[in-house]
Amino acid sequence: MTGDRDKMSCVEFQAQLPELVGSGADAGAHPHIQSCELCRALLSDLETIAEAARQLFPVEEPPEELWEHIELAIKSEEGEPGDSN
Amino acid sequence: MPRSRLTAPMRESTSLDLDKAVPVPTQPARRVTFAPAASPDPKQADALARAQAGDHQAFAQLYSLHKRRIYSLCLRMVGNIAEAEDLTQEAFLQLHRKIATFRGDSAFSTWLHRLAVNVVLMQLRKKGLNLISLDEAMEPVPEQSPGRSFGAPDLALSGAIDRLALERAVGDLPAGYRLIFILHDVEGYEHNEIASMLECSIGNSKSQLHKARLRLRDALRRSAQKEAQR
Repeated sequence: MTGDRDKMSCVEFQAQLPELVGSGADAGAHPHIQSCELCRALLSDLETIAEAARQLFPVEEPPEELWEHIELAIKSEEGEPGDSN
Repeated sequence: MPRSRLTAPMRESTSLDLDKAVPVPTQPARRVTFAPAASPDPKQADALARAQAGDHQAFAQLYSLHKRRIYSLCLRMVGNIAEAEDLTQEAFLQLHRKIATFRGDSAFSTWLHRLAVNVVLMQLRKKGLNLISLDEAMEPVPEQSPGRSFGAPDLALSGAIDRLALERAVGDLPAGYRLIFILHDVEGYEHNEIASMLECSIGNSKSQLHKARLRLRDALRRSAQKEAQR
């Protein structure tokens, strides 16, 4: 079985990659990665992207007037208890 | 076995530190240890209790404490300021309607976060994003086939990604890909949670995330090539 994994083509390996990385396994330890520079570069890029994503998108402040709109909507709902629209 | 760098990030705590210790029902080894549902922040707990009893000022206090996180979440998911404002408003309106039903089974901020995600998903469905059709996308099309992700090693990303370029690339992703990428890689949801929220299979969630990352890789490489040609 290990021999089959060693001989896996890049296409075969990449077809398995979503499940491999999605399962939380260490894809870098896969025999194909050990022997294939292209797939190693691909995996490295995907890891870099995933890590960079965690630093993305700073926390944003909503506009001041948003609370006023919410308050109005709440009062409108409370004034019309039977209205579900 | 070492933890993959490609699994969901550990959920970050909010400024309120409310979601630091919710026991995680699935895959506990990968997630932060959350705080018990009982909040360690007495002001927050007090505001929550009063808001549940109908105190409007207390609800305003909760809004003030959570508005940035919820607005930011909406903005990431839809990539549009006006829509993010509308969705934030809808999320807090739903919170107002449902707050009395919060029983403390999870941290309040976790509960609210999930409520907001559901509000966004409902809106996306109304707009015609057929999340179920994501399953159909499992079949590889030529431009997304595995072989296409090859690139010469010298084009590999250097490891120092231009954050703005990545944010732009995420914004340019098709809505379904962006959604899964944001939920998993940015917000830290696991595939089983995403599958449940999007009503798709876990395998589909994994596949779509992978395709999203491949698209981002292509976009970043194009961006880097353009920069190099200048």
